Amino acid sequence: MKPRIYLSRDAGALALGADEVEGAILASARQRGLDIEIVHTGSRGLFWLEPMIEVATSGGRIAYGPVRAGDVESLFDAGLLDGGPHASRLGKPEDIPFLKRQTRLTFARCGIIDRLSLDDYRAHGGFRGLERAIAIGPAATVEMVVESGLRGRGGAGFPTGIKWRTVAQTAAPRKYIVCNADEGDSGTYADRMIMEGDPFVLIEGMTIAGIAVGADKGFVYIRSEYPHAIDVLSRAITVARRANCLGKGILGSRYDFDLEIRVGAGAYVCGEETALLDSLEGKRGVVRAKPPLPAHKGLFGLPTVVNNVISLATVPVILAEGAAAYRDLGLGRSRGTMPIQLAGNVRHPGLFEAAFGLTLGEIVDDIGAGTASGRPVRAVQVGGPLGAYFPRALFDTPFDYEAFAARNGLIGHGGVVVFDDTVDMARQARFAMEFCAIESCGKCTPCRIGSTRGVEVIDRIIRGEKRAENHTLLTDLCETMRLGSLCALGGFVPYPVTSSLTYFPEDFGLTAPLASAAD
Amino acid sequence: MPDFETWNEQRGGEIIAAHVQEEGAALPMLHALQEAFGYIPRAAVPMVASALNVSRAEVHGIVSFYHDFREAPPGAHVLKLCRAEACQSMGGDAIAAAAIRQLQIGWAETTPDGQITLEPVFCLGLCACAPAAMLDGKVVGRLDSTRLSTLLENVRQA
Repeated sequence: MKPRIYLSRDAGALALGADEVEGAILASARQRGLDIEIVHTGSRGLFWLEPMIEVATSGGRIAYGPVRAGDVESLFDAGLLDGGPHASRLGKPEDIPFLKRQTRLTFARCGIIDRLSLDDYRAHGGFRGLERAIAIGPAATVEMVVESGLRGRGGAGFPTGIKWRTVAQTAAPRKYIVCNADEGDSGTYADRMIMEGDPFVLIEGMTIAGIAVGADKGFVYIRSEYPHAIDVLSRAITVARRANCLGKGILGSRYDFDLEIRVGAGAYVCGEETALLDSLEGKRGVVRAKPPLPAHKGLFGLPTVVNNVISLATVPVILAEGAAAYRDLGLGRSRGTMPIQLAGNVRHPGLFEAAFGLTLGEIVDDIGAGTASGRPVRAVQVGGPLGAYFPRALFDTPFDYEAFAARNGLIGHGGVVVFDDTVDMARQARFAMEFCAIESCGKCTPCRIGSTRGVEVIDRIIRGEKRAENHTLLTDLCETMRLGSLCALGGFVPYPVTSSLTYFPEDFGLTAPLASAAD
Repeated sequence: MPDFETWNEQRGGEIIAAHVQEEGAALPMLHALQEAFGYIPRAAVPMVASALNVSRAEVHGIVSFYHDFREAPPGAHVLKLCRAEACQSMGGDAIAAAAIRQLQIGWAETTPDGQITLEPVFCLGLCACAPAAMLDGKVVGRLDSTRLSTLLENVRQA
């Protein structure tokens, strides 16, 4: 067998020079007369070590990272192909503490397999979930997802199985599965990683959903900011069709299912499920009033399952391993695992899949190893641009839907963005409102007008104009937006604003007692 | 960088016809037009409207709603800088300020020599290697202002 080198082609690795590293490896191997095989994988998710390369040795895979193009000659000199010693040698990847501590279910294959090889996918447990779904039939499949306790990983946390049951029970000439891959929250990249690193698991999850609810057509709505994910998933769909994993009579069964990718056009609000449906229908991405629920009247007015990438990509392992194996992990009503995404000013940024229940402090200080800048952590925004900013005083909060909600925060899609002590929280609060003003779909008044007024009021507070009065006004505006907005954009943007005001009043020129009096 | 075609009605008509049968065809159609011409030419709007059997106002509404669709051709190179929180936490604002200073243009503007268009983007999903950017479709992570200057000089000379 030829010596084999595994290279991550994740957009994060590419952004750090993976292409140049691959070029250098190929050039160096040619020069040395070495016939090597290069396997393109996704990322293991240890981004401070990207570009990371792995070589297959008799003792298993050995990782090196971060590798720069200029290191390649010295790596070959050091006996790279036999896992020889080098300053960038990391040893067996599965022994790296950041990976060893994880419970990888959804991301079990990501960074390991050739992302476009169905043989590799099957060899690592792929399609066992789909085979089970075909064997047990639609009703039992829905019940397994219900029993697993899986909740929507896009942010809303609605039980996936209940959504499926509703669609399954709604009679209609046609139904749809829509995958929400409009991962617009800053600090999140789990959807992107799965689509780039293990695209077949998403295809398998959507196919299972189709069988479960009686839909034969699915759409993946991917944001245009993810060209690499669009490319990999498109190629995976072609491969799957050729192998009869999509199309008529999937895997020789009586079920039909096919998929189409649709590309978004840079509107954050299209991550909201009803705006996404309007966008898929070829309209402006404007939020719909609910009811009717998409499960009853969704895409083109027909019953539709709208699930996030990670929810759908988690279904195969639930079917394969059983509902109990998944439900037994986690805390309270948050069952199973969550891919936590550490981002921003953090020393060890990366994807950490673990059972719910780690505290925010463990995630930031322990797993993330503090800030990249080496300065103290001042604030952590969890759950994207609509998530609250938590100070160190709240680091005992367990990572769990209800625990975060109880402290006026949200876990959202699992993004954790770390800021050091140079952050100006008044500026962050202003940005939250500004972002909402830029991205508001315009349908409801609290969001459309409130966000612009919010920026103005925060500017007045920063300038020192009638600070106390404007603080009261801002608090009132936030309440109006929270209670009166049609969707989570206007409804949740108060979280980053009020948390900044509550925990960091000094950045607004406000004194602490005033802030606490307003609580 | 792709060389965009100059607008011609026949080519525009072919692109529109290629997508008209799709379910919810507007976005795929507009993306294809922009991919060919670099923007959504004004003259294409009534053609799209007629193909989809909607009013011109509705098509204009769609084009203007989505940040991606341009109503004027971009420069020879497009630099997208991430403006979102994860990149802010790593000094993204300072890099944006440096880009604006160096290029002497604002957001969504093109340098007078037609070389570089500067566009804001809210998250490229490269939050674990912030600050991030995309230059002519190529992703760049852990950007600093020196590297930005080099990248801009390189594309200008290319």
